[in-house]
Amino acid sequence: MKRARIKEKIYQGIFTVLAFASLVFLVGIVIVLFKEGLPIFKRVSISQFLFGQNWYPTYSTPEFGILPLILASVWVTLGAVIVCVPLGVGSALYLHELAGHKQRTILKPLVELLASIPSVVYGFFGMVILTPFLQNLFHLPTGLTALNASLILGIMATPTVCSLADDALSYVPKSFREASFAVGANRWQTLTQVVIPAAGSGISTAIILGMSRAIGETMTVLMVSGGAAVIPHSYLEPVRPMTAAIAAEMGEAPMGGDHYHALFAIALVLFLTTFVFNIVAEFISRRFRIKLGLSG
Amino acid sequence: MKNHITQKLGFLGLFLCISITLLFLGAIIFFITARGIKVISWEFLTQVPRSGMTAGGIAPAIVGTFYITLGAILFALPLGLACAIYLCEYSPKGIVVNIIRISINNLAGVPSVVFGLFGLAVFVKYFKFGVSILSGSLTLGILVLPLIISSTQEALLAVPQSIREASLSLGATKWKTIKNIVLPTALPGILTGVILSIGRVAGETAPILFTAAAFYTRGFPKSAFSEVMALPYHIYALMTEGAHPDKQRAIAYGCSLVLLLMVLCISGIAIFIRQRQKGLHG
Repeated sequence: MKRARIKEKIYQGIFTVLAFASLVFLVGIVIVLFKEGLPIFKRVSISQFLFGQNWYPTYSTPEFGILPLILASVWVTLGAVIVCVPLGVGSALYLHELAGHKQRTILKPLVELLASIPSVVYGFFGMVILTPFLQNLFHLPTGLTALNASLILGIMATPTVCSLADDALSYVPKSFREASFAVGANRWQTLTQVVIPAAGSGISTAIILGMSRAIGETMTVLMVSGGAAVIPHSYLEPVRPMTAAIAAEMGEAPMGGDHYHALFAIALVLFLTTFVFNIVAEFISRRFRIKLGLSG
Repeated sequence: MKNHITQKLGFLGLFLCISITLLFLGAIIFFITARGIKVISWEFLTQVPRSGMTAGGIAPAIVGTFYITLGAILFALPLGLACAIYLCEYSPKGIVVNIIRISINNLAGVPSVVFGLFGLAVFVKYFKFGVSILSGSLTLGILVLPLIISSTQEALLAVPQSIREASLSLGATKWKTIKNIVLPTALPGILTGVILSIGRVAGETAPILFTAAAFYTRGFPKSAFSEVMALPYHIYALMTEGAHPDKQRAIAYGCSLVLLLMVLCISGIAIFIRQRQKGLHG
């Protein structure tokens, strides 16, 4: 009897310890990014790094200003949002409010399938299909542009936004809709004036997490954004977002050198950005659930 | 009447949204299949690359992806299972659980290239595993851990409380209840999550860029410490490196088709099973 109890304790202990793995890895990532990223600030100041306009890491007098990279990420992500928000939220509304049970059981798995396509395949598709198409359409010297990256990223983020928005819609109590129908509103009015406002913060969580996905996406932007580290002026020019810079340059950066540390510092900026996005999304979704009377 | 027209237009708009979304799925599958199918042959799948990546097959890349994926799942599965069991079966509600939950959510949101840098600094450099299957597997294992935890949690939560209580009331201990009652009941759900994770890991590129992948290796990997070719990285490398872009592009189409089919089949199976389970349990 006593042995059984000891055995129970041992198992519980094992599970408790292993449960902290995620926390350990997350903290590990933070430590590594700080440890390998901070040394660059002995060379340049934080403001020079964040707001410097020249990214020439391999010149004989290198310059480490990542403003062009940050702006490229912002541009590409905003472009992606313009694509993925209407498509994702619209698809979720269609799936949840209009599609019948049978249609839903076919369409929803297809949207999930879109989410499972590897990013490198999206990038490849962008390079071989979208690039020549955009080049001819706008008569550009190259089709590898911010627009191209935005379109592909937008499509990639659409399933994320769609399934999270779908979840948010399913939390809206049936009684809300019934009350609206009872006072004579039609389905569209119910949708736009009752359901969407009720699910609003849930839908904004979906959008934030979609954006977070787009900012951190690497392979696609590496393949289709064109790679020019200049401050973007138009969507029809090549750009180099932060993720693309890290992925493209880490292979050549000498280990322990300034360039190496600068790339880790970019990763730190990237990590902190997505971290803030995730915390905000978590905060909003918790308030959303409390508002609708669900457990937090 | 005006309301009626607005409704019609609104519904049409929503229908267009989902149509465009699915049109892209169709377009990606169509274009890659149409051009990739010409390249694929038995030789393409079973031979090693020849003549500077312009001829021969992609067998080492397929094998490499298999090893890396296997390693990642072997690493992440026990950790993920233990974490999910703790959160669902043991955890006292409170601050500890919240901290673990928040760290899982945030780990899930870390950009994939950041995992790559972490793997480079820790596994390749600090532990001196070098650019190898081992480093790549560990890096991808950490990346996929949140996915395994959340799908296992979902499966465990779907097990009715009543059968746990029935087992406990018969005198079984907590661990015996988990081992003999809860886990077998949740097994189909857990497996679905594992299959989904395999699909995810097999297609990831950025984390293995600096930790495992090589454009070309002589023959097949010999040990866990050798660098490998991997399908997703191979597509990227064929499109951006090498001396014969046109010939390489044809091979890249073939690689993309193989990877796409692999991932779509794996994920398709998981999505299908999951949907049937949801249908059964309401």
